[in-house]
Amino acid sequence: MARAARAYIAGIYEHPTRKAVDKTVPMLHAEVARGALADAGLSKDDVDGFFSDSSLPGLGGLGMAEYLGLNLKYTDTTETGGSSYLVHLGHAADAIAAGKCNVGLITLAGRPRAEGMQQLKSGTASGGQPPEWGFEHPYRPMVANLYAMAAMRHMYEYGTTSEQLAWIKVAASHHAHHNQHAMLRDIVTVEDVVNSPMIADPLHRLDCCVISDGGGALVVVSPEIAKSLGDRSVKLLGQGVGIKHLNGGRFDLTYTGAAISGPIAFNEANVVPTDIDYASIYDSFTITVLETLEDLGFCEKGKGGAFVSDGNLISGVGRLPFNTDGGGLCNNHPANRGGMTKVIEAVRQLRGEAHPAVQVPDCTLALAHGTGGGIAQRTGAATVILGSNDA
Amino acid sequence: MSKHTYPDPDISVETEAYWQAANDGKLLVKKCDACGKTHFYPRSICPCCFSNETSWMEASGKGHVYSYSVMRRAKQPYAIAYVRLEEDVTMLTNLVEADLDELRVEMPVEVTFRKSESGQALPVFRPLKD
Repeated sequence: MARAARAYIAGIYEHPTRKAVDKTVPMLHAEVARGALADAGLSKDDVDGFFSDSSLPGLGGLGMAEYLGLNLKYTDTTETGGSSYLVHLGHAADAIAAGKCNVGLITLAGRPRAEGMQQLKSGTASGGQPPEWGFEHPYRPMVANLYAMAAMRHMYEYGTTSEQLAWIKVAASHHAHHNQHAMLRDIVTVEDVVNSPMIADPLHRLDCCVISDGGGALVVVSPEIAKSLGDRSVKLLGQGVGIKHLNGGRFDLTYTGAAISGPIAFNEANVVPTDIDYASIYDSFTITVLETLEDLGFCEKGKGGAFVSDGNLISGVGRLPFNTDGGGLCNNHPANRGGMTKVIEAVRQLRGEAHPAVQVPDCTLALAHGTGGGIAQRTGAATVILGSNDA
Repeated sequence: MSKHTYPDPDISVETEAYWQAANDGKLLVKKCDACGKTHFYPRSICPCCFSNETSWMEASGKGHVYSYSVMRRAKQPYAIAYVRLEEDVTMLTNLVEADLDELRVEMPVEVTFRKSESGQALPVFRPLKD
């Protein structure tokens, strides 16, 4: 019996650029919007809901609505960092189910590489310094050394090793090898990862994702519109959000917000982790993937190291094919926000449109997970469960 | 140890007592008069129970390293850490006066202070000597 869905993803588009020297951020938004609408078989004039993050040029969604020529009944610019687009998916589905709009467009675009970003600083937000700033900034937290502290504690508590973390990068590299747009297409070994330069103990250079420009877009539609568009639309079966922070100074870095968002999404979809054929897992660093897999219930807490080893995440080899586009570790990480591309590759898998070398046979149920902010400070997690058109 | 410049913290009406105490060589934490719990970073309203009756208390300055990482890519490598204080709260800090290759999780540490660019004292931690 076919599963019910309150909304469908009808269109996807991933920008092919990795360094956008000759484009502005609004141009990138327009190009991904155009691409996703063409993929869906819809036009700009069908869009009545617009969703993006707080880095959008202009006041909320207003400036881009004008620039893109959208006539809107609904807009939402909720910000949870790189997971924002998975949050937007839930908000778009809610708005559609409530009759507030029928066609939601979600976009992401940015060009940190062209703008010459050398190192990512944590917590640099607009709108004044947040209250924790004075108690963190003087000690020079960077993104890498914060994630590294999560890895260090996980290793201490569970005996996780650098070699186990390296398997995550190895799997991503096997997939990126088949992606002509991927920044890093060479297959790497566990030895390559652990012998790459140490960035912030215990994370090596190859434990870290790439920095890239680009973007992507999703078109979310009502079940009625999805039906009119044929059978390429993908069902949104479940979605969950979880916010985790330092809790007044009492916290545990060995788990992430996925422990909150995952059960909500699985419960709504009425599926369990062993039902999932393919998973897109946010991979800012290898440790992000390892903790997330545990938190989502793909393995026991503390057993992530064993779970990811020996190619278990490689399509055609292991039990849980992940990030078959090469992910943030090898393919791209547009605007330092990896959630959008996680959804896009999951949709490709469910349509059977992933690269043949990495396509999961009979892919019916997929999961995509986004991690925003940082897992060693304040983090916004979002999980979506997607089903193929006939799921 | 080579010289390293620490950025200035920003100081508000809510946190100035903490920074003034640091200049006097003391580490303060906030404790809630209603629920009795400590919290960090310090706030006027308790994040545990939302009471507005919170008081400053002087911490022992001793704790353990919950986790750490040495930033190798910096011009001058440095150690960032979360230190769990005896007062049951964990704070972000730096580890100093230590061989960066000898650091370990759960090692005992004690507070010491470093001056920021403008001369404000910042609590940092060093290995506790026997």
